[in-house]
Amino acid sequence: MNPYIPILVIGAIGFGFAAFSVGVAAITGPKRYNRAKSEAYECGIQPSPQAAGGGRFPVKYFLTAMLFIVFDIEIVFLYPWAVTFDKLGLFGLVEMVIFILTVFVAYAYVWRRGGLEWD
Amino acid sequence: MNAASLIGNDPGWLIAVKGLIVFVLCVVLTLMSVWGERRIVARMQMRLGPNRVGPFGLLQSLADGVKLALKEDLIPKAADRIVFVIAPVISATTCFMSFAVMPLTGKVKLFGHSTVMQLTDLPVGVLYVLAIASVGVYGIVLAGWSSGSTYPLLGGLRSSAQVISYEVAMGLSLVAVFIYAGSMSTSDIVEAQQKWWFGVVLFPSFIIYMISMVGETNRAPFDLAEAEGELVGGFHTEYSSLKFALFFLAEYVNIVAVSSLATTLFLGGYHALPGLGFTESWLGGWFGMVWFFAKVIGFFYLFVWLRGTLPRMRYDQFMKFGWKVLIPVSLLWILVVATLRVMSARGEPRAVVAAFTFGIVMLIMAASSLYERSVRNTSIDQIPDSSTEPSFPVPHVAGINRVESINESNG
Repeated sequence: MNPYIPILVIGAIGFGFAAFSVGVAAITGPKRYNRAKSEAYECGIQPSPQAAGGGRFPVKYFLTAMLFIVFDIEIVFLYPWAVTFDKLGLFGLVEMVIFILTVFVAYAYVWRRGGLEWD
Repeated sequence: MNAASLIGNDPGWLIAVKGLIVFVLCVVLTLMSVWGERRIVARMQMRLGPNRVGPFGLLQSLADGVKLALKEDLIPKAADRIVFVIAPVISATTCFMSFAVMPLTGKVKLFGHSTVMQLTDLPVGVLYVLAIASVGVYGIVLAGWSSGSTYPLLGGLRSSAQVISYEVAMGLSLVAVFIYAGSMSTSDIVEAQQKWWFGVVLFPSFIIYMISMVGETNRAPFDLAEAEGELVGGFHTEYSSLKFALFFLAEYVNIVAVSSLATTLFLGGYHALPGLGFTESWLGGWFGMVWFFAKVIGFFYLFVWLRGTLPRMRYDQFMKFGWKVLIPVSLLWILVVATLRVMSARGEPRAVVAAFTFGIVMLIMAASSLYERSVRNTSIDQIPDSSTEPSFPVPHVAGINRVESINESNG
């Protein structure tokens, strides 16, 4: 049998449970309308009309996301290399040192330009 | 017969039964761990913790769940209604899915079928767990964004940036395990640890994994996404009723999931502690599950212990630690492990191996002393001059000279 079918099974069970909970909550909970309840929670002060920055994401989060993709791709290259490492031997090691050094140049550049600073 | 072919013979109904068993285990473990955490933290803070509902308060989380179900299900006016409902469902669905590849026992009999207590055995098992964890981030980001409110937005962004940052370190820490096991399948990795646990052989990887798993699950001391003092509740501030409960459930199932992965990859999975191998055949092989969950609960205790002990980190320090320390250290460690492995495979003399190891240790010590010197220099520069105006905003009180009053209060 296809090894991915059990994943669908547990996914379906989890989804069913989540959807059931969301559905049940709508029925079992009380519904007492109050204008204040449907406003954004801001600790009791008059809530601002929309979220900070107009509800948009600050650019620095995109920077983090881009860096994440760079390193995630590196990981995707590292995994098959690691699995077949014993077969590749010295050749594989040298290749991977060159690859990691190449990525490291980009990493050092980002570090120097302040891409890893949060504030 | 290995795990993959045993699972391949499972009839459809058995897969459904195993899926249900895994699901029920997750839910029960979550209920118990919420209770356990509250009791343990209470002990650490010289309190009693919940002890009223059921024996020792064991049913407390169940009672909390029922209470949440009877609360009003609010959707804020400014929220994106559809995404607001979908986000908790994504979180709760993905957290269960990562359990599909966890090997809970060795070969056992279940309703007369010879099988293993593992839903499926993918050749890329660990990669699948990481992929599912990444999909789980959608639940957090969408929940924060769709609430249409400031605190959830900031909490959601923080949380997602944190999870993806530490996922890189986590992914890198696993490479050494794959080099040693020669496989990404969870059951193969467990079998490769018959002799030595990878947590011992690859101790630095184990440490990096443990740090990043705490960051990945948004737990103290890395629980910046729900820093009460600044962000109220983080991404789930606007959620109430069972939608909130789903996020809560997802958080705890995720903790159990990363602990299970740590058990599988570093602590020999369902195998017994060294010297107690005879217990593995008890209960027809089902005793392996006891070992597995004993190790998982050990990790869970570690999570609670950290929460009870450490103060929360500052966000910039936290991101700096992830990107500037964990990632380069794991990359260096991968290269060291790979080089040592090649050396031993080529039969290099021990003197060469020892010299290489010594060289690496010296290199690390030199780098850390250089780093510390630069940190010390900058921190001396940054000591603020107390006679000038502080850089942070100070509430203005009429009639009082601000700087003077601050200096006085500082003594």
